[in-house]
Amino acid sequence: MTRRLDSDVAIIGGGIVGASAALFLRKMGKSVTLLERDFCGSRSSGVNYGGVRRQGRSIIQLPLAQRAHVIWGQLPQLLGMEGEYQRCGHLKIARSQADVASLEDYQKRSLGYDLDLQILSGDTLRSRYPWLGQSVVGGSLCAQDGHANPRLVSPAFAQAAKQAGADIHEQSQVIDMAHSRNGFVLHTHKGLEVRSRYLLNCAGAWAGFVAQSFAESVPIEALHPVMAVTEPLRPLMTLSLGVEGGGIYARQAVRGNCVIGGSRGFALDDLRARPSREAIGLVLARTVELLPDLHNAHVIRTWSGTEGYLPDHEPVIGPSGTTPGLIHGFGFAGSGFQLGPAVGEVLSELVCRGSSSTPIEAFSISRFTKVFRPSLQPFQQPKEIFHEN
Amino acid sequence: MIQALAPVIVGAGPAGIRAAQTLVANGLRPVVVDESANWGGQIYRQPPAHFVRTKKELYGFESAKAQSVLSAMQGLLPHVDYRPHTLVWNVQGGQLDLLHQGQTSTLAYSQVIVTSGATDRILPFRGWTLPGVFSLGGAQVALKFQGCSIGKKVVFAGSGPLLYLVAYQYAKAGAHVVALLDSGKLSDQVAAMSDLLAQPAWLAKGLYYVAWLHAHGVAVHRGAVPLEAKGQDCLESLLWQDDRGVHSLACDAVATGYGLRSEAQLADLLDCQFVWNAVQGAWLPVCDESGRTSVSGVYLAGDGASVEGADAAEWSGERAALTLLSDRAGHATAEHVARSAALSGHITKRKIFGRGLARAFPDPLNWAAQTPDDLLVCRCEEVTAGDLRQTAAEAGVQEINRLKALSRVGMGRCQGRMCVCAAAEILAQCTGQSLEKVGRLRAQAPIKPIPFTTMLKAESVSGKDMA
Repeated sequence: MTRRLDSDVAIIGGGIVGASAALFLRKMGKSVTLLERDFCGSRSSGVNYGGVRRQGRSIIQLPLAQRAHVIWGQLPQLLGMEGEYQRCGHLKIARSQADVASLEDYQKRSLGYDLDLQILSGDTLRSRYPWLGQSVVGGSLCAQDGHANPRLVSPAFAQAAKQAGADIHEQSQVIDMAHSRNGFVLHTHKGLEVRSRYLLNCAGAWAGFVAQSFAESVPIEALHPVMAVTEPLRPLMTLSLGVEGGGIYARQAVRGNCVIGGSRGFALDDLRARPSREAIGLVLARTVELLPDLHNAHVIRTWSGTEGYLPDHEPVIGPSGTTPGLIHGFGFAGSGFQLGPAVGEVLSELVCRGSSSTPIEAFSISRFTKVFRPSLQPFQQPKEIFHEN
Repeated sequence: MIQALAPVIVGAGPAGIRAAQTLVANGLRPVVVDESANWGGQIYRQPPAHFVRTKKELYGFESAKAQSVLSAMQGLLPHVDYRPHTLVWNVQGGQLDLLHQGQTSTLAYSQVIVTSGATDRILPFRGWTLPGVFSLGGAQVALKFQGCSIGKKVVFAGSGPLLYLVAYQYAKAGAHVVALLDSGKLSDQVAAMSDLLAQPAWLAKGLYYVAWLHAHGVAVHRGAVPLEAKGQDCLESLLWQDDRGVHSLACDAVATGYGLRSEAQLADLLDCQFVWNAVQGAWLPVCDESGRTSVSGVYLAGDGASVEGADAAEWSGERAALTLLSDRAGHATAEHVARSAALSGHITKRKIFGRGLARAFPDPLNWAAQTPDDLLVCRCEEVTAGDLRQTAAEAGVQEINRLKALSRVGMGRCQGRMCVCAAAEILAQCTGQSLEKVGRLRAQAPIKPIPFTTMLKAESVSGKDMA
């Protein structure tokens, strides 16, 4: 039997983007139905590394990252929980003088975004952080960046949205969607019919299917990070670490477990991914170079996830080019966790006001549909393949 | 070619050994990978070479079977590629990941028989992490492997046939068994009798242990549930409860367990489908009458497929090997078909007996409902029953993996081996669902923790850097 629901906004995807959009839309008085195939925040939003950093992002992302930074500062008020969020600092490590130069260049380019980056020498870093290994030549510290527990934070956004009155349906897969003059009609495999004026496409790595349903194709690709965690260790790392040029990232959770990530796993099928043995070996070997104290630690668990990447490694945020009322927010190239709440807020602004108070033009889907913007620059090949979540 | 690779057997207990024997008898040279230093599995675990306890002392009634299985493997050694002390920690792309003496390596397979055995099914009680409290299987290992008792005054608490067996073995070996607390009632055991009679010899053995314990002055209490292990720094006494009230026993060791649970992580990583088994109250890998799983080339046998005990493990090990052989040849010989059918007949009878055991040894009544909020359920991650209830209520959790993600239960070193049964019971109870609906914890590599150092060579092997 079909159950029908009518709401102002339907959201596909209960990750941190979709769930925070639901929360902010409720705060702006809109009725919201959110459809999540699995559990909210159980996919990439919940299984990523947990980095909450602005440093290292492309310059065009920094206004959004700044906006997100403010929201992260209000997490307890928003979600009623800390989510293990701490502004402990994020250090981007240089392993060569060329890396140092690259970090210095980034520091210059990011001036004006309040990152307050400090470039430090290897010796200074080791005297401050004696747990850093000899391969560290220098680094760039963003003292106000940090990390959080994505397993807790992402589902909490959905929980907060629910408490604010959003109608959240988990384990509800959308099997068809259509748009007419009257708005959107979605059907789930459980026989639920959702009608709405607006539709937010927050389906992460699977967002391409949603876009395609509205005759909008994007070159999105799914990639799979490799994550590993140690047994709880004595307090060791006081910073979240990244590496210039990519490689690995590492942090120590409140409980003492060191969470490390990098490289690439593989897809088991359309929905599931696993780390590969080669990648696990690579990540552990690199981690020990930077953090010699981990030499005798044990890895107790590894995992992967499914993340959406566009060719330029920038997300798609903004209105559809084909379908009025359809708004996209996906493709964060493995680094959407920090941005997520700001994107959710932007999506809610687009619904309620028709515009975003943070610039998002660079993330328009039209950059992939040359018909609309023939003058668009060709994609720049991204320098980094690895992104910290 | 699929036939080019030697078949792999994971585990060298009764299932793995009989599987190996069958493959060797048919002209193959299997690789036998086993986590232990010596073959025999948990049930026929062998003591170190210079230990002097006889097979009769070690294995009691089962000594003839133990002797048969152990000497079978002894005879197989020249004909198999035996890899003791080797952990299978992962599997990927047709290769098992091995860990041996601190080094990782891979082993390609096209056909693998997984005989991963079982561990204790634990339903914890207050104070269960105090030194002196052991799992029942652990207590048995201490005796069988090292000839040690877990304490001077030992209480056995829990349920299942192993409880009586280990208590008997302890008492026989000279340990002071203070009491045996069986959560099942005599009426349960009487009600189960018709199924138990499917295997009169096994039933007789069980009754013998009970009678022996009685005759030797060991107090056997039925409908008895441990409440709290008490002590300053280590165990000093055990509080327990039955219909008559709460009692205390002075003791310095408790062995506890409520039957066994299949170790199915490897089957999960091999991507086998799982199915709910109502008799065992567990999600188990799909395994048909011939030992085939849902994954081509992957076979299961022994307690890792379904807890049916050592005899059934021998049968299902042999049967899986016969199936492997017929899949390899593309056809089954008449002799193999007949033998396989005979083995299935034995196993079916054992399953009826197993159903009787499940009935004879039920869990404590309302265990989950009566569990206090301050009970530590997950000892690795220090998650209490109250934490689980609160998480379930606040976040609307209905499913065990979700509970893990939000509460950390099962996230630690043991990956839920010790706590998942209890956590699932509590989640089922507080959400008003069946255990089946709560689901099963998905396995994640490594199956057991692996040291960083073992992986450091991997870079030179793979060499490739995607950055």
